[in-house]
Amino acid sequence: MSILAYNGAAIMAMKGKNCVAIAADRRFGIQAQTVSMDFDKVFEMGPHLYIGLPGLATDVQTVSQRLKFRLNMYELRENRKIKPKTFMAMVSNLLYERRFGPYFVEPVIAGLDPATFEPYIASMDLIGCPMETNDFVVSGTCSEQMYGMCESLWEPDLEPDDLFETISQALMNAFDRDAVSGWGAVVHVIEKDKVTTKYLKTRQD
Amino acid sequence: MAAPCVEPAKGGFSFENCGRNDRFKEMGLKFPTAYKTGTTIAGVIFKDGVVLGADTRATEDTVVADKNCAKIHYMADNIYCCGAGTAADTEMTTQMISADLELHRLNTGRVPRVCTANRLLKQMLFRYQGYIGAALVLGGVDVTGPSLYSIWPHGSTDKLPFVTMGSGSLAAMAMFEDRFKPNMSREEAMKLVRDGIAAGIFNDLGSGSNVDLCVITKDKVEYIRPHEIANQKGVKQGSYIYKKGTTAVLSSQVKKIDIEVVATEVKPQPMDTQ
Repeated sequence: MSILAYNGAAIMAMKGKNCVAIAADRRFGIQAQTVSMDFDKVFEMGPHLYIGLPGLATDVQTVSQRLKFRLNMYELRENRKIKPKTFMAMVSNLLYERRFGPYFVEPVIAGLDPATFEPYIASMDLIGCPMETNDFVVSGTCSEQMYGMCESLWEPDLEPDDLFETISQALMNAFDRDAVSGWGAVVHVIEKDKVTTKYLKTRQD
Repeated sequence: MAAPCVEPAKGGFSFENCGRNDRFKEMGLKFPTAYKTGTTIAGVIFKDGVVLGADTRATEDTVVADKNCAKIHYMADNIYCCGAGTAADTEMTTQMISADLELHRLNTGRVPRVCTANRLLKQMLFRYQGYIGAALVLGGVDVTGPSLYSIWPHGSTDKLPFVTMGSGSLAAMAMFEDRFKPNMSREEAMKLVRDGIAAGIFNDLGSGSNVDLCVITKDKVEYIRPHEIANQKGVKQGSYIYKKGTTAVLSSQVKKIDIEVVATEVKPQPMDTQ
């Protein structure tokens, strides 16, 4: 069994028209044993910036806290909000620093540029190789299922409401075919003037 | 040991997780794979410059992780570098050496030479004894004219008129061995590199998607991305959008964001002189 699959997780992000969405499951388990169903894997890093961290739960929390620390230091020093792309470089550097003894997380970043409100999504492998795309990014134990769902459901220029349905259904149908993720889901739809957070009703098996 | 509340700013790799990770290995947990660029990259010297080429597929084991990634990296205004192998290593190594080259340029006030970039890269890779898995094709034009190097993960380098690297290197080299000749024209060279990369895309499973090219001549760089979309995606016939309200929601909350004024524009107005 892979270390990345020890606790189980499924996270994806999608671009829409002037908006982005990030969705994650809520399970925390130890291999096949489910321990809790209200585990946070998506973290707010700014008003328009979110990061999802699937992987080993201990590293999920360590990395999110280390990132928050670096981010706070950056924003105090620069006295402005960070751009999503700059934040991506920050995550990448944190992970690549541990090239030979990595944290077992494969981050997904979603956000809007603080000045232009340009949508931005990116994902990364566990040693910080960045991957920026114009459609969707996925990461977690059922990434193959998520790739399949996203490739068929996603289309360009989705409005926030449609984006919510698309990402929710893509995620739910993907993790229902995975034993170690699921048990509830959370979706954040990020728009210029608001962030809508919805908790989904999902299968509990 | 309790971690200090401030991370000291220091360079280099951190090995703080290695002990813990070794224990995971003893527990029988498998290590995950990083993104690889099971790649076709190539370069050719022609009459007045260098053509570099790359495919755009990144893989994670057998899954295509990125269908359109950029494998031709910027080193300096006159030097570019293609990367194959562990994607994070090629990305970070080229970024680091690019920074070194820029500092070197500012210190000396001269346009950096390709041989300088080559030596910086090989010394960095040799220091890590092949553990940094970057296989590179380095090309550029400097005061000595065009030059092209291939650099291996262990730090050995070759200086050749035509090189290929990555898992598709055999397919690409087959094209080059057949058709390369010295002093080709720009168009001939671009066609040859395109055909080499295309051979990789269609015959090597680790390579795919598009052809990227970078043509470097004495006073011009043309980064053509994509040069050719070798595999056009079919047009979706239907729309699979779910009706609004399909997804059952347990709770919903909306967080309003006050938009901060990030930039203001002041228009000049004529002064009131009456």
